[in-house]
Amino acid sequence: MKPILLIDFGSTYTKLTAVDVDGEEILGTASSYTTVQTDINEGLKAALRLLEEKTGKLSYDKTYACSSAAGGLRMVTSGLVPELTGEAAKLASLGAGAKVVGVYAFQLTEDDLEEIRSLQPDILLLVGGTDGGNTECIVHNAGLIATMDAKFPIVIAGNRNAARQCERLLTEAGHEVHVCPNVMPKFGVLKIEETQSKIREIFLNRIVQAKGLSKAADLLSDIMMPTPAAVLQAVELLSQGCEGERGIGDLIAVDVGGATTDVYSVADGMPEHMNTVYKGLPEPFAKRTVEGDIGMRYSVKGIVEAAGLQRMSQISGLSKERVTELVEMLRANTETLPNGEGELEALDFALAAMATEEAVRRHAGTMEETYTLMGLTFVQSGKNLTKVKQIVVTGGSLIHTQETEKIAAYALYSPKDPASLRPKEADVWVDRKYILAAMGLLSSYYPQTALRIMKKELEFHGHSE
Amino acid sequence: MDNRKKVLVMGVIGADVHAVGNKILYHAFTEAGFECVNLGVMVSQEEYIAAAIESNADAIVVSSLYGQGELDCRGMREKCDEAGLKGIPLVVGGNIVIGKQKFEEVEPRFKAMGFDRAFPPGTSPETTIEALRELLHMDGEGK
Repeated sequence: MKPILLIDFGSTYTKLTAVDVDGEEILGTASSYTTVQTDINEGLKAALRLLEEKTGKLSYDKTYACSSAAGGLRMVTSGLVPELTGEAAKLASLGAGAKVVGVYAFQLTEDDLEEIRSLQPDILLLVGGTDGGNTECIVHNAGLIATMDAKFPIVIAGNRNAARQCERLLTEAGHEVHVCPNVMPKFGVLKIEETQSKIREIFLNRIVQAKGLSKAADLLSDIMMPTPAAVLQAVELLSQGCEGERGIGDLIAVDVGGATTDVYSVADGMPEHMNTVYKGLPEPFAKRTVEGDIGMRYSVKGIVEAAGLQRMSQISGLSKERVTELVEMLRANTETLPNGEGELEALDFALAAMATEEAVRRHAGTMEETYTLMGLTFVQSGKNLTKVKQIVVTGGSLIHTQETEKIAAYALYSPKDPASLRPKEADVWVDRKYILAAMGLLSSYYPQTALRIMKKELEFHGHSE
Repeated sequence: MDNRKKVLVMGVIGADVHAVGNKILYHAFTEAGFECVNLGVMVSQEEYIAAAIESNADAIVVSSLYGQGELDCRGMREKCDEAGLKGIPLVVGGNIVIGKQKFEEVEPRFKAMGFDRAFPPGTSPETTIEALRELLHMDGEGK
């Protein structure tokens, strides 16, 4: 037996997964409250005690961790045109596992600086202009950011013709600067991998310490990444496979949390037919989006706003007045869990269903029909996920209910919203033990093992159409 | 003069899906030494402008083959001004109006809309390239 301990320092819970890489099985999981305010080790030790009760005493060969504690990796992006380099910067940050707290386009203003100061990002990603293109905007923005007292690392990934000038402006003012290749070197070309690994490196070197996580560092063997980056790594492996082990193919994954809902897709999603014109920036093969206003507790109001009271009432079977009352109650008491009680159970079902629908709808691309003189033409923007056949769901609201399959069905294509390119039919897999982040971590060292454990542990939960 | 190639943003405007001429023009312009940002077919005014901002384009070349060009091009100059692309050369060509109209009447209408040059059907790429060189003050450059 070769036991490995995988830790996920979450914003609320510290989750542990013990794995035997020889036997390729999960030895046990346990969780306890994250104690980042005092000493992160307290929560970790509490969780370890719980884990030990299940697994007995183990001597771990290695310990790896990911973290979204203390606000996660908070990033601000500054680009030129919102739909172009602005979007590229956002996609790069999200894929690196960041929480994007501010998105700016065109030239920054003094008011923007004030806002950025109050947002206190961990990293600022500065982009703008294709290579050889516009330099004015990024240079202006670098000059303005240079005047800020607040010092956070800045990653420059814009027009290569302006990168060094921006670097000088910022370094001379005492900022920590990293220069990466342009996120959009040519029009419509997205190149974000190097920027993403730089962001993770900064997270590892600097932010882990700043966030009081270094106290746990003695315990860790290696790697520390933002939790969403670990999940993205896990779902990409699950989809694509690795040497010696096949993946399950194109997939989407949905994680409905208390404050946010994350959606991941691993699929090409480019137009399939000649009569389809693609518009907008091509999207990453492994794409992550986060909906900050969609969550089961802290962001419960966003779900109701997106779905409408009428629909919430229809799906839950409760009156509109009762929905409003209960939603208020949940927002005030975020730790409330439905314990088989009728009304709350029904409401949570409707909330999870609508969170899934809305978040996947925003993640997926759209197809518009246009009549031209040449006949019917289709205009696609974003990813076409209609042919994706696998959905993986995770997050408390989805793994603690037996209705997972019914909730997951809301991620699918709906005839009422034919423009939204969501999967037409799919197998539903439930991450009941909440192991995706842990398997993402493990996959850095034991990809085959991580993949086989995921295939074994993810629970098949029916087929939805 | 700097070494940077002149950058053209090009595409077929509106609900027009004529892709062949667009590809021919792309090759002709590239061959003539221009750097081309080709937006393909069904391009909106906003897309030309966004691409021109990011790439710091020297000119925008609009094609239209399906007769609705006059409607599609309306307001483009004003939008460029609004977006900070003041004075960027705008060039249009193709079957840019409905039916067979005398080009002597068509051209002034497009010029009044703020286009620097307008070309009738059947214009060869060489003519457009020549006009672009002139507009961009590239005397004696290239082939």
